[in-house]
This record gives sequence, structure tokens and C-alpha cells, in this order.
Amino acid sequence: MVVINIILYSLFAILVGLIFMGIGRKVSARMHLRYGPPFYQSILDIFKLMSRKSFTHNFVMDLGMVMALAGLLGTMLYVPIAGHSAFISNSNIIVIMYLMAIGSLGMAMAVTASGNPNATIGISRALTMMLGYEIPFFIIVLGLIISNNSSSISVIAASQAGSIWNWNIWHMPLGYIAMEITLQAMMGEKPFDAMIAPAEVASGPMVELSGKYLGLGLLTHAVSIFVETGLMVNFFFGGGSNPIDFVIKQLGIYLIAVIFDNIFPRYKIEQAVKFLWIFPTGIAVVQLLLLAF
Amino acid sequence: MQIINYADEERRQEDNRKLWDKVTAYFRSRSLWMLHYCTGCGAMELPPIMTSRWDIERFGIVPMATPRQADILLLTGYASTNTMKRIIRTYEQMPEPKWVIAFGSCTVNGGMYWDSYNTVNNVGEYIPIDITIAGCMPRPEAILDTMVKLMNMVKSGDAKAFQKYKDNYGYYKANQDKLFARTAPVLESASLKYVHNETEGSEQ
Repeated sequence: MVVINIILYSLFAILVGLIFMGIGRKVSARMHLRYGPPFYQSILDIFKLMSRKSFTHNFVMDLGMVMALAGLLGTMLYVPIAGHSAFISNSNIIVIMYLMAIGSLGMAMAVTASGNPNATIGISRALTMMLGYEIPFFIIVLGLIISNNSSSISVIAASQAGSIWNWNIWHMPLGYIAMEITLQAMMGEKPFDAMIAPAEVASGPMVELSGKYLGLGLLTHAVSIFVETGLMVNFFFGGGSNPIDFVIKQLGIYLIAVIFDNIFPRYKIEQAVKFLWIFPTGIAVVQLLLLAF
Repeated sequence: MQIINYADEERRQEDNRKLWDKVTAYFRSRSLWMLHYCTGCGAMELPPIMTSRWDIERFGIVPMATPRQADILLLTGYASTNTMKRIIRTYEQMPEPKWVIAFGSCTVNGGMYWDSYNTVNNVGEYIPIDITIAGCMPRPEAILDTMVKLMNMVKSGDAKAFQKYKDNYGYYKANQDKLFARTAPVLESASLKYVHNETEGSEQ
């Protein structure tokens, strides 16, 4: 039963993430005054990539790609989807903060094994960015833990149930603003997309990935979108009364990120880390102080 | 009176691929990623087809950054002999299945550079080409039309130039070697030719 649960939850997260990516492409196309691809374009892409021949450089590359996807799927299993969760845990925030890094680390292992300098530059930028966004993220999470006296996401989501005015976005608006900026960096969207900048480092970590490896990379990205928007919904938007409600809220949050992605230029990596360490961290600390006293 | 399109009829009879191959071909045709190699002219005709005027992303065609990720290699404009080395290297780095579109008259018959000492007249002699677009320069509509045609070819399984490259590798390799012999340093090759002629002359 647990195995079937895990498989179903993983497939659900992958499917939702891929359709989100397709809708995001459609929305950004409309913002460019284009028609845009169909909303299921990412599923077509995945199928095509999985049916292609692919180059591997060594065993570490195979292992790293699978590790990245598995790490993020493992994270996803702890995120409560409107009260449903594959693994019931009392302190799943700690587990999620621990496991979320595995996606980037697996990717780092895989792409540095390919030996391409662009890939190495790209992934070093991605890891530096992780250093930047994890500090504000952890401070926000600390504020949530203090105000709810619990490190369980289910408890945090349940405490906002009932009315729209119970949502944490009204109780801690500063925390929401900090989280919105942090989320942009976590998803690698535009002001903070120095790692995949196609014009500078030829799409960074993906430079040497072909066929099935690129497919695994896209799946990893889809699951990371699901995890990050899911955390946001649980932290600030009441968690949803049923899975459909939950997914609609996730889509709204993802589209905000896509719109910001389309209207901002790109920070250099040192500017991005500086910005993340000053503004979202500062706002999150103010929010923490307001909550603590 | 019914008009029979013999070309279609023939294709329908020959289409004895397995169901799985047909499904794969459909997905491949709907998601073609393009690597554009624009060292010659012609790069100006590409932005209009990617932006709002003729949005090519509605067919699933998007530009990619590296040959590893790409399905289509789009060659624009003339290819000089030294560029040809990079083009062949790029082509061989792409994973199968892969397709090549040659864009502009220069890739077909040399165009206005047909008698130049350092350009290639017909790129098709060195790498296999699926579709060529003639014209100097072709309009963006021509590229869009070609992409749709390539999608149909991929769907029906007709675009098999990469298979041709594998089957006739000897022919292509001989042509490439003959071409790259021309890129040797000028002064050295001249001196070698002189010595060579001299020995031949003495034998006579």
C-alpha cells in the first residue's frame, strides 16, 4: 500500500509540475504577444526526450541525475497536499529543509562529471544561489514554527483553516513578501536565473545533458515547482480544503513567479546573493522580531 | 471521377512501421528543438519567426543552446572550409534522431560565393541534409513553411538523412578529408607541392 501511495503521489506531482510548466510557457508567450505552445507541450517534450538516444560520460552522471529526481520526489512525499501526505510526520519541515538540497547536489554531481566548463560554472552559480536563498527561507520557517509551536506543516496549514482571513498572508505580510522573493530564487526564475543564463553559459547545468538525462532534468524541475509552490500554499495560503483547491492555489503562485520572470532582467550572481542576504533576509528578520515580541 | 494521389498511396502502402514507432514519431514531430548555426548571413531572418509575428513556439519548436539538446541543426548562409569543420563536429555531437535544414542559396550551390576559394558550394556533400531552402535571403515565411514540412516528414518517417550519414559514412568522410586538405597552411603546402612536382619531373 505504501509503495502504491508513493508511486501515485510521485506521478501526481510530476504531472502537475509538467502541466504548470506548459501553462507558464503559454502565459509568458501571451505576455510577449505570441500565441504560445499548447498547455501539454512539456509532456510532449518529456516523451520525445525519453525516446532519444543519449550520451553519458560516466557512472556518476547517471547516478547524479537519478539522485536529483529521487531527492526531490522524496521531499514531495512529505509535503501535505490538502491534508493528504504519503508519509505522516510530526516534524516534516525539518525533513523537507534537509532533503530539498539533494536535488541541487545530485544535479551538481551529474553535470560536473561531464567535465564541461560551462556546466561547472552554471552549477557553481546554482549552489551559490542556494546559499543566498536558504538563509531568508530558514528565517521565515523559524517564524512560522515559533508562531505555531509546531514544526509540522499539517499543523501550520490546519491553523489557517476556516476563513480566508485566517491565512498567514494577513497575519505575517512581511514574511509573505520575503518568501515571494525567496521563491523566485528557489525556482530559478528571472531576476535570479544566473545559473541557466543561455546567453552567458549556454544553459549552464543542462549544457551537456542529452536525451534521457535532459528528460530527467526537466522532471526534476517539474517536481521542484510542485514542492516549492506547495510549501508556499501550506505556509501562507491555508493549505487548501481539497487537492483541487490546493493545485489551483499552487497555479496562482506559479503564475505570479512566471509574470515576474517575464518582466525582470537578470542579476549577476554576486548581486543576486547580496540582494537576497540584504532585502528578503532583512524583511524576514523584522517579521521574526514582530512575532517573537 | 476520383483522383488518386499516387505519392500518398505509395506512402500509405509502405508505412508498415510498428505502432510504437508511429507514436514516437508523432511526439518527435511535435517537439523539435533547434540549434541555429548562424556564422554566415541569415541570422536576421530567424528572430521574426520566434517572436510575435510568426511565433514558431506554437509548433513546439524552440531554440536550444547546445548541440546535445538539439534535434534540428539549422545552417544559415555560406559555410567556409574552416567553418565546415565546426559544423561537422557540431553535427556529430548531436544525439540521434537528428535533422539538418540548410538555409539560403549559399548552402545549396554556393550562391554569390560560388567561385570563392574558401567556401563550400554544396553542404550536402559533407553532411546529410533533410531540407534545403533556396533563396537569397529566404523570407521568414519560407522557414516556417519548411518547419511544418519537416514536422510532417518526421511524422511520416521520411526524414532519415542521419541514417544516410551512417550508411554512407565512407562517401562523406572522403569528401570531408578532401575538403580539409585545402585548409592546410598555405606556405607549407606550396613548398610540399613544389618538391612533389620536382620528383615527378625527374622520374619522367
